[in-house]
Amino acid sequence: MDLLLDAVVIGVLLGCFYAAVSIGLSVSFGLLDVPHVAHPAFLVLAAYLVFFINEHYGIDPLVAGLIITPLFFVFGLAAYRLYYETFERRGSDAGVRGIAFFFGVAFIIEVLIILQFGVDQRSVTAAYIGKSWRIGDMRIPYRMLVAFGVAMALTLLLTLYLSKTYMGRAIRAVAQDQEALRLMGANPIRVKQWAFGIATAVLGLAGALLIIVAPIDPTLDRAYIGRTFCVVVMAGLGSMSGTLVAAVILGVAESIVLTMFGASWAPAIAFAMLLGVLAVRPQGLFGRRS
Amino acid sequence: MKRRTLLGGTIAVAAFGLVSSVEAQQPPIKIGMSMPQTGGLAGGGKPSLLGIEIWRDDVNAKGGILGRKVELVVYDDKSSAAETPAIYSKLIDVDKVDLLFAPYATVPTAPIMPMVKQRGLLLIGNFSFQVNSKVGHDMWFNNAPWGPPDSWAASFLDIGQKAGGKTMALLAADQEFAQNLAKTAREVATKRGMQVVFDQSYPPNTVEFSSIIRSLKAAKPDIVYVASYPPDSAGILRAVNEIGIGDNVKLFGGGMVGLQFGSVMENMGSLLNGVVNYNSWLPEKSMYFDGTKDFFDKYTKRAVEAKVDPLGYYLAPFGYASGQLVEQAIKAVGSLDQKAIAKYLRENTHKTIVGPIAFSADGERKETAVLQAQFRGVADKNMEQFRSSGKQVILFPENLKSGDLVTPFEAARK
Repeated sequence: MDLLLDAVVIGVLLGCFYAAVSIGLSVSFGLLDVPHVAHPAFLVLAAYLVFFINEHYGIDPLVAGLIITPLFFVFGLAAYRLYYETFERRGSDAGVRGIAFFFGVAFIIEVLIILQFGVDQRSVTAAYIGKSWRIGDMRIPYRMLVAFGVAMALTLLLTLYLSKTYMGRAIRAVAQDQEALRLMGANPIRVKQWAFGIATAVLGLAGALLIIVAPIDPTLDRAYIGRTFCVVVMAGLGSMSGTLVAAVILGVAESIVLTMFGASWAPAIAFAMLLGVLAVRPQGLFGRRS
Repeated sequence: MKRRTLLGGTIAVAAFGLVSSVEAQQPPIKIGMSMPQTGGLAGGGKPSLLGIEIWRDDVNAKGGILGRKVELVVYDDKSSAAETPAIYSKLIDVDKVDLLFAPYATVPTAPIMPMVKQRGLLLIGNFSFQVNSKVGHDMWFNNAPWGPPDSWAASFLDIGQKAGGKTMALLAADQEFAQNLAKTAREVATKRGMQVVFDQSYPPNTVEFSSIIRSLKAAKPDIVYVASYPPDSAGILRAVNEIGIGDNVKLFGGGMVGLQFGSVMENMGSLLNGVVNYNSWLPEKSMYFDGTKDFFDKYTKRAVEAKVDPLGYYLAPFGYASGQLVEQAIKAVGSLDQKAIAKYLRENTHKTIVGPIAFSADGERKETAVLQAQFRGVADKNMEQFRSSGKQVILFPENLKSGDLVTPFEAARK
């Protein structure tokens, strides 16, 4: 029983971590329909920048994550512009070719990281890494609590931004009907570019979490393609709070399976859940029927 | 005058022709291989290749082998088993190399074994584990110190039993190499009547090990045998530090890949203390042979430029030793006849910078030289500390031993 309770608590925290690394994709893929398979590569790139700042200036990884956030916003703007000019503008098969484009980008990022940082594993140091909080017999790693806090903050901020601000509502509008937005005299491409910038900017903090939770290496993005897309699709495309809930469900399921039934089953369970959800609710857990 | 010029010209042309024909008769000895330089195994592949390159430069500085320079033909296999068969076909048929070295690690090596056997070619293995056990190629020679397949687990469990351990927990990655280790550990445990109280395999890319370590702790084992890959090894040790592993654990570690690499050790720092893990070379007094120090002096300089593991203990000296093996064999038989080289390698003991090497019939070491060493007094974020002796005390084998086990695990961590 203790073990089960432990598994659930750790699962919730793990799920929050998954939410934090997926929420950017929930904007870029979920809302904008951009087949952003380079999302995890951007994430790993952010983690390496955090590592660089932490290593050279001794700045806390979370603060380092905040420092690179504006940088990533601009990077996102540029990346979308390049994608739009070379692919999206050219018609209906943009989706498939877009995947090729982003795969290419992901490989280029991976090679650039190897050239700059080498192939070795990297990690950061901070007071909250490697220690845990004791409650009775239970011990909760502090780094997972940090993941929990960051995920909550990001979800809340993005939800508020998308519902309360003018630009946020414009982003949701462009997701629903690009043509209508054009008829209103707004430039949907500008809006999408802005949104893609935001989706990339949140990777600053997410990248910091990535290296706080576990050591990183240049090929780590491959491990996260499946998980992040699974979370976003299961949530229902474009729902921020849905992303958090779906990620927590995935985290708890993975944790319980790891603890109680044997570790080999964990990845299978995650994808079985995705298939199950899609069979019952094709629009995802929190998606609206279109 | 005219005739003389003509004569001179003729002599010059003839002499030039002669010189160039001598050169043409002495092409370099080409050694072909693939090496993981990107992907998950690159952290091992790159230092290994640097070790081989240092040997090439040393041997060429001495005038080469049989008067011929040595040239390496190397391709990146991206750590992928799918790439290596095509690369080795190209090395054999297009590049027409004289000798083959295997890539670093088990996974990229396994698929080229049938082809190499079919064509009757010599292959010097590079730290793969048991890839020849089912193929049975008689021209395969592994540079790794593994020895008989069960010796690895046996030496670790021996240490545990001597410390009073009766039960074992087994945690292994769901990958070829780790599963091979786990299998032999199970067999050895059964033979010795040791009870296995926890036996789990975890999938690659597991992010968080807290849950697994918690259920392992609940099984209350005396000995914990871990067969893990580099990203997981760090995750597992971190979780052990956070969750704790229990006071009854006497011995922890065994087959954790990754804890041999400089950057990982530097990152893990004090989390490593107490762990007993396998290794291939360590800077303890007993490990220095003829040329070992020279090699590491060169390696340390070149590793900085090449951006590879600054320590390079695990693979680089064995890459160098691969070169020494073929160098001695070619010199002894006086040709590049692969059958003769193989025969020589099988029948003799060879002097290398990692100690004397002798092979058994399956092409693995006759006796295991896998070290089991305990991390002691390691501080955080300090690469240089690992260059001094005493940070990893060798417990096994007897002839290389440099200290005794500190147990239980929780006490050894302090």
